[in-house]
Amino acid sequence: MSDSLDQIFIHAKQWLLSFMSGRAPDWLVQIISSLINIVALLGVFLTLFALISVLERKILGRMQNRYGPNRVGPFGLFQPVADGIKMLIKEDIVPARADKIVHFLAPVLIAAAAILTLGVIPYGRNMTPFTIDGGILFFFAVGSATELMVFMAGWGSNNKYSMLGAMRAIAQMISYELPLIITVLPVVMIVGSLNPDKIVGAQAAYSLGFIPHWFVFTPWGATAFILFFVSGLVESNRTPFDVPEGESEIVAGHMTEYSGFKYATFFMAEYIGMFAISGLGVTLFLGGWHAPVHFLEFIPSYVWFFVKLSILLFVYIWLRGTLPRTRIDQIMNFAWKFMLPMAFTCVVAAAVWHYTGRGLRGWLWSLAVIAAVYFTLSILLDTRRKFAPRTYRFAE
Amino acid sequence: MSTVAFAVIAILTLAAALAAATLQKLMHAALSFAVMFVGISAFFFLLGAEFVGLVQIFVYIGAVAVLIVFTILLTRDDTGKVRSFNWGGVIVAIAVFAGLVWAIAKTKSLPLTPSQIEPITVQRIGELLMTNYVWPLQCVGVLLTAALIGALILVMEEKS
Amino acid sequence: MTLPILLVISSGLFCIGLLAALSRRHAIFILIGIEMMLAAANLNFIAFWRFGPQPAQPTGMMVAIFAIAIAAAEAAVGLAMVIVVYRHFRSTNVDQLDRLKG
Repeated sequence: MSDSLDQIFIHAKQWLLSFMSGRAPDWLVQIISSLINIVALLGVFLTLFALISVLERKILGRMQNRYGPNRVGPFGLFQPVADGIKMLIKEDIVPARADKIVHFLAPVLIAAAAILTLGVIPYGRNMTPFTIDGGILFFFAVGSATELMVFMAGWGSNNKYSMLGAMRAIAQMISYELPLIITVLPVVMIVGSLNPDKIVGAQAAYSLGFIPHWFVFTPWGATAFILFFVSGLVESNRTPFDVPEGESEIVAGHMTEYSGFKYATFFMAEYIGMFAISGLGVTLFLGGWHAPVHFLEFIPSYVWFFVKLSILLFVYIWLRGTLPRTRIDQIMNFAWKFMLPMAFTCVVAAAVWHYTGRGLRGWLWSLAVIAAVYFTLSILLDTRRKFAPRTYRFAE
Repeated sequence: MSTVAFAVIAILTLAAALAAATLQKLMHAALSFAVMFVGISAFFFLLGAEFVGLVQIFVYIGAVAVLIVFTILLTRDDTGKVRSFNWGGVIVAIAVFAGLVWAIAKTKSLPLTPSQIEPITVQRIGELLMTNYVWPLQCVGVLLTAALIGALILVMEEKS
Repeated sequence: MTLPILLVISSGLFCIGLLAALSRRHAIFILIGIEMMLAAANLNFIAFWRFGPQPAQPTGMMVAIFAIAIAAAEAAVGLAMVIVVYRHFRSTNVDQLDRLKG
């Protein structure tokens, strides 16, 4: 029973395809099979986008001691529909001096890249939309293309705020891409594969029947997960790292000259990028679609995946409600002086863990490596001086 | 289906390359340059070299294209539009192209169909990089470090 | 998808790169042309690996990977040089860089 519930979507798709296969040529069936995956992916994540956009406002409202949207529909749940209609019928303004083609292409391509990255994440047992041998590499290759599109948006708008926002965005995205990728390295090293399915499969077992073998429960994995999460915050331009669009400084960064549906597309791409990076974090460190304890495995795998995903998304919203925006020089200093050395330490600690037998001894040794580097760094960087009371300089 | 995809990718790649070489606006040329690399990566995917295609996208679109675009921003050429286009280059390029096509057409022994193979996994590439190709790998590492330091020293502001 | 067609495409790419490197006077265009020629060579390596006698031995792929790494290094240094030249001459037109002409 639980098994058939687990595979219900796979069976439904196979049934649909077997219905087709007698009547249509092979290549058409192949295309339809891909199309079903794409439609399912888009359906699920666009719904999730609508849901999260209203939930975020409600949770933020609760954190700031107010109600949040509650007018449209029950509990304000139809707010995204109203927002969507508003965005669709708004005037689409293109600046007269803008580069029309580049200005138009930027939001389209940025959304396309964000959606493409969703395709390689395993959402459940046998539920990877597109299996690529180098899936993790695909994720980062497509994700790194986002920088160029942000630049296109900034340059195409022909506006100084757009350009400044795009420069800030690219600077911080490039800086944090290094720790993001290097924190993935230890997982890839330990599993010996870039295939997301194999990475999830390597985290399947349980010690003593209740401690799951997720990578987040090893010292290097926990460190790498925290670094990955912070880098993910930066890559998806979320608070406290939202300087590229800091609305109190540079209007809306690279999105200043966008209005109506193009702005909504940017907004959607940002959220989908956030889902993708959280999904990858779940896959790499939190055991993917595996249940946290053995006896709970009767609950379908995709439910576990989305439970973990929503916990991560809640943390994103929580951080947004808690932390103020950082300055760009603080972000850069943090990336190059702390994140990057710590990410390399994770690689070394994972190697130490592997060669001391992956057991308790390895656990302690890798913890020692990480602790040593952490304390050395904190002494060398001397953070106290950095966070001294700020001095102000005024124009004479 | 693969033939249609091949034709579409070929046209896209060549058109993007031509645009990158001839467009008047530097920024448009840089963006077409990125499109051309997407096309070449698609070729690699069709030929079964997924890993190389992904590395190509990663390096060229994620890094080189962004570098080019930044350089264009940092070097605004204000010295008037000297629309100089050297037509000698066109003649040389066409001559070289004709020569190459002539050579390809003359060669009779080119295999027409690819042989069936097991797909090369990333793991195998990694193993080869760490065994047979470990010296080239180390040399590339040194080269990249040297290039990094060299580029930094070149563009560093001279303190007066 | 046969080897001769692939070779014609890659030689077309090579010649477009040559065109950009020879006839444009802007330093960045010359770099773009050189990168294009390297990419055409990579395409050739992959094509010969795939259609060659020993596709189980991924030598062509290896050469392509190393070529990509070296091309990236070349682009970084080349663009740094463009910036330095711009700082000295306030121009990126290679025809105006004739200070050493006798």
